[in-house]
Amino acid sequence: MSIFIDANTRLLVQGITGREGSFHTQQMQAFGTQIVAGVTPGKGGTEHLGVPLYDTVKQAIAANPSINASVIFVPPPFAADAILEAIDAEIPLVVCITEGVPLHDMIRVNRVLTGSKTRLIGPNCPGLTTPGACKIGIMPGHIFKPGNVGIVSRSGTLTYEIAADLTNKGIGQTSIVGIGGDPIIGTRFIDVLKAFNADPATEVVVMAGEIGGEDEEIAAAYVKEHMTKPVVGFIGGRTAPKGKRMGHAGAIVSGNKGTAEAKVAALTDAGVPVADTTAQITDLVIERLRQLAPAR
Amino acid sequence: MKIHEYQAKLVLAQVGVPTPKGEMAESPEDVARIAGELGGRVVVKAQVHVGGRGKAGGIKLSSTPEEAREVSGQILGMDLKGLTVKKVLVEQAIAIDLEYYLGMIFDRDARRVVLMVSKEGGMEIEEVAERDPKAIAKAWIDPAIGLADYQVRDLIFDAGLSRAHVKEITFFIKKLYEAFMTSDATLAEINPLVITKDGQVIAADCKMDIDDNALFRQKALAAWQESEADSAIEDEARERGLTYVHLDGDIGIIGNGAGLVMTTLDAVGREGGKAANFLDIGGGAKAAVVKNALEVVMMEQPKGVLINIFGGITRCDEVAKGVLEACGQLDIQVPIVVRLSGTAEAEGRALLEGTSLIPAATMQEAASKVVELAYATR
Repeated sequence: MSIFIDANTRLLVQGITGREGSFHTQQMQAFGTQIVAGVTPGKGGTEHLGVPLYDTVKQAIAANPSINASVIFVPPPFAADAILEAIDAEIPLVVCITEGVPLHDMIRVNRVLTGSKTRLIGPNCPGLTTPGACKIGIMPGHIFKPGNVGIVSRSGTLTYEIAADLTNKGIGQTSIVGIGGDPIIGTRFIDVLKAFNADPATEVVVMAGEIGGEDEEIAAAYVKEHMTKPVVGFIGGRTAPKGKRMGHAGAIVSGNKGTAEAKVAALTDAGVPVADTTAQITDLVIERLRQLAPAR
Repeated sequence: MKIHEYQAKLVLAQVGVPTPKGEMAESPEDVARIAGELGGRVVVKAQVHVGGRGKAGGIKLSSTPEEAREVSGQILGMDLKGLTVKKVLVEQAIAIDLEYYLGMIFDRDARRVVLMVSKEGGMEIEEVAERDPKAIAKAWIDPAIGLADYQVRDLIFDAGLSRAHVKEITFFIKKLYEAFMTSDATLAEINPLVITKDGQVIAADCKMDIDDNALFRQKALAAWQESEADSAIEDEARERGLTYVHLDGDIGIIGNGAGLVMTTLDAVGREGGKAANFLDIGGGAKAAVVKNALEVVMMEQPKGVLINIFGGITRCDEVAKGVLEACGQLDIQVPIVVRLSGTAEAEGRALLEGTSLIPAATMQEAASKVVELAYATR
């Protein structure tokens, strides 16, 4: 099993004919994702990579009512509009890969999301993968394998590193979710933890956070009160200086807020061990899985 | 992106927010000319991105153009908390009656812009917040509505601002909001917001930050991106399209993916090393990008360099090619440790065999090796 996506996911690609959209559509198809349609305004009625194209999201859905998810590969000036279009069309899951969406745009998108039918993942995220079933986004599919560990992370390549190490040691994953590196994201740690908590196949969760914001602290509070399965944590940016943006728009310590120390403390207080190195994450996961074994 | 006080005031003035008459100058001669044009007392203010300029001697009043020339001669070129003053703002001095605090800031926790007002202007707002949180009135702006008039009234009356100037203060706040929104600001602070002796409401100081992600649609503001003393290398990196942060250490860091690079910095730190920089080459980088990256990192004159790659879309052989190209052109004398894992790792590692580049199989091993080798002469 899995969270958010599975073999029943039917995907729309917004921005399918761009360089990124094109390349990653091929990669997703190779992984086995069911890609039903694409949207590029002006190219409606044509085909690309074996997928029918439409001028608008609503037209794509009218012609293909099975669509239940969309991925957005649209440049920053137009990405928020693409998200709004998908929300208006009531697509249940929208994944925005785009890095560089203006903050004011996301403040508005966030407002529209409230009360809508859409779950947004991202922006500025690598997407999500359910091994063996479906991949939305740009993650390298070959490093994963089906299993019982859930992963949620603000990062891209760091997530791959963590997952690859687990896979190499024989530990597979239920779903891997990249929530993204921006200060305003559609799905936060707590949202994914809730989903993993409710997923029978997920036995242990790895949560990889970083400096900036208070998502990890909010998640830690949830874990403390409600999580029924073990969580292993990791926080990147422990040696980052204050006030400097470390690549991700959301990775910045502002004044005294968003420090790595506060996040580590909150997670530790919630009973979540925080690995010092990525290699240690695997060790902690193995330990937790062993502790669960007698119950089976 | 931070902008200077004089630039922020230009942004405000464009929208009609009341600001003192003034002009930026880069030489004492210009200062004298401007002071003469303004007439009367002027204030000369250092334009550098630090707080507490006044206390550090960066703000001086002058009664004549000659005096203004003299004080600017002292201020220009001075070191203010580590930054060299290259520009000053010469402004008409204002007769202050009351000083308030007015701030518009993106509140990350609320995911909205928050408007803050306090009667306690002209001092550190964090101190006010600690000492007496109730002294700051706040209103979060709903993006579906924008700044509502009733919110402005709430703030003015809750904060206890001058009842005789409600109309002027309301106008000011609404205009500030307009400036904030039209310039894609993430912060706009007016401290102090001054009520002058003849009843004008005016921005005595203004601090503004602009959203980096919005610079593509703020061409005029983007043109103001400029170098500061300690980040000439950051400017160079930016011009080459690299995501780069200058740090204080001596071990250069290159990686693919911000989270991975942050973790690499931490790994080096755990081994007792200090990172000289943060550099993310992003996804799918070609050899040319990697070559550029190594060139920029070498400008920091590091004792060693760690290149940490976990390739998903990024190909390890492309990275290896870029590294070899850079080494071929640059004559690098310090140890370079290269960790290549992921897509095309075998091909990438093969390319590095027999070269002076030091291979590492994992991030931990790479961090340990580079620290050991970089500091070997100690």
